[in-house]
Amino acid sequence: MSPNNTNKGKSLALLLLFAMSQAAMAVDSQQKGLEIARAARAYDKGFTDFTANMVMILKNRAGDTAKRFIRIRTLEVEGDGDKSLSIFDEPADVKGTAMLTYAHGLEPDDQWLYLPALKRVKRINSRNKSGPFMGSTFAYEDLGSQEVEKYSYNYLRDEACGEWTCHVLERFPVYEHSGYSRQVVWLDSEAYRMVRTEFFDRKQSPLKTLVAGDYQQFLGHYWRPGTMYMENHQTGQSTLLEWTDYQFKTGLSERDFRSQTLKRVQ
Amino acid sequence: MRRLAFWLMLLPGCGNALAEFSGNVAAEAVTFPDDPQFDGQFDNDLSFSFQPRWDGQWNDGDDQWSVELFTRQGSKDEGRDHNDVRELLWLHVDGDNEWRVGINTMFWGVAESQHLVDVVNQIDAVENIDREEKLGQPMIHLKRYQEWGVLDFLLLPYFRERTFHDKPGRLREPLVVDTDATEYQSSAEEYHIDYALRFSNTYDDLDIGISWFQGTRRDPLLFPGIDDRGEPVLIPYYEQMKQLGVDAQLLYGDWIWRLEMIHRNADSGTANAFVYGFEYTFYGVMDSVADIGAIVEYSYDDAPEGQRGAFDRDVFIGARFAFNDAQSSEILAGFLVDTSNHGRSFRVEASRRIGTSWKLELELQTFANIDEVDQSAAFADASEGGFAADPQASFANDSYLLVDMAYYF
Repeated sequence: MSPNNTNKGKSLALLLLFAMSQAAMAVDSQQKGLEIARAARAYDKGFTDFTANMVMILKNRAGDTAKRFIRIRTLEVEGDGDKSLSIFDEPADVKGTAMLTYAHGLEPDDQWLYLPALKRVKRINSRNKSGPFMGSTFAYEDLGSQEVEKYSYNYLRDEACGEWTCHVLERFPVYEHSGYSRQVVWLDSEAYRMVRTEFFDRKQSPLKTLVAGDYQQFLGHYWRPGTMYMENHQTGQSTLLEWTDYQFKTGLSERDFRSQTLKRVQ
Repeated sequence: MRRLAFWLMLLPGCGNALAEFSGNVAAEAVTFPDDPQFDGQFDNDLSFSFQPRWDGQWNDGDDQWSVELFTRQGSKDEGRDHNDVRELLWLHVDGDNEWRVGINTMFWGVAESQHLVDVVNQIDAVENIDREEKLGQPMIHLKRYQEWGVLDFLLLPYFRERTFHDKPGRLREPLVVDTDATEYQSSAEEYHIDYALRFSNTYDDLDIGISWFQGTRRDPLLFPGIDDRGEPVLIPYYEQMKQLGVDAQLLYGDWIWRLEMIHRNADSGTANAFVYGFEYTFYGVMDSVADIGAIVEYSYDDAPEGQRGAFDRDVFIGARFAFNDAQSSEILAGFLVDTSNHGRSFRVEASRRIGTSWKLELELQTFANIDEVDQSAAFADASEGGFAADPQASFANDSYLLVDMAYYF
């Protein structure tokens, strides 16, 4: 064996060791990312149900604005995604329109739309995750129930985020028809409040940034944002969501989330 | 009617907890470029509609009331100028039972190109040929939720006659329909008590509905006659019928498969009809946020000629464009081809919000390759099962463009 070969063998071994440690670190960071996501979900468990009002302010590149008023009712479902009902009050031409969603993990959600002009409840295909919600910069997948199994994770680092310290993690959608290749999420380390999310499109280019703020605590435990601001860097459009009148444990039940009750929702 | 509207106008003032007021007012202009087929028909028309609605609730939403009125005025066609109570309803929720008493408008079925199983409400036929506008139906309706599905029981104590165009109207039958001379098979006439039952349920990605209707058929047979001024007219005859309907919808990936079928039994004959097809959606077309849905549906009706609906051996091929923009712009375009006589019609509906409260709708409808009504042949068979022309033949020259501008409040 020549010294040359020995050196080669040594560097090969070193390279292998390095690769293995990298791989181990990757497994570690994936595991840690998943654990944080699980902890965030666990923190929010037990809210039972909540209702809230939402104002959406859409702004295009030219600065024109449009408003939507939507009421939200959400029911926590044991062992599955949440059930949620969105009732549209404005713009006036869609008043009375209601959308019901049964969220599931990796399976496509079940979704129904009530069209008051036709008095018709229509089952709709929910696979269109990446489509814009009501012409806003929020996609359906941004507003849906954030089940742990919808993503794979990678922990990046901890860093300061305003007055809090945040876990920063990447997550990669594993459900079909997502508009994103990955997201980078800032969650505060204390109560897992989402502070900021950066979205990258399927071509890995920066697409949108979501910033949430004005967090309020309910029932001494559950945190909900007062504002969510989503900017689309590619189109110059933005949407501001203002949440008001959060109420928890309002006594909603499965009965309030049946597709046929959409006809009488007020 | 006018007095009722007046009192209802006062309701919103009674406090917001009681009533919520909404609705729309619209102007509609329509033009027919081809010369009319029948004497006295207009070439264009302008009319106005008003559709106010009031909603209220008490007992924490377990009791609700709603009123929805509709009126169209200003048309050259007096048959189109009409008023209707679309809804005047008390709803009571008692656990798994929902009671609805009053006047209501409802929808059954899944198909896009036509609605076979949807038989509870009469069609407001003068509003649009799409048969999606309906007259309010008086009813006592119990909806019962069970572990194994939803049951609907409907008692329908009063029948609503179909609306028909007057002589100047386009898209009408070859002769004016004389609704003063309406005849019924039942001696109870419009007071015949009809009933309907429906079972529906969702099994994961499959929705099923089975319905039964017994009572006055909503589609009249039209017989030639003479009115009291000695003019030839068509006289509507409403027979009794029994109809079994099945509708099903399956979601499979980006596909939605739909089926509606009916079996109808009446003195004029037994009929089987179905419509089936699919909608396939392309999401985010060409890197945009727009979606395009391709819709294909085939309709078949084995009723004797002259009694079939407009969809006897027809293929519908359409596309729905949803732009997913802030103005909710949408276009629905479709061809309807009659495979038995090669008649073709083409229809485009486009809509877009303007500002916060306005909505603009355009509708283009063309009829091609459709023979005009052969009056002698149509009336020769008329003694048999009613007026026997292709339902579209009287529309042969009635291609139109319609613009509707509505203000919503």
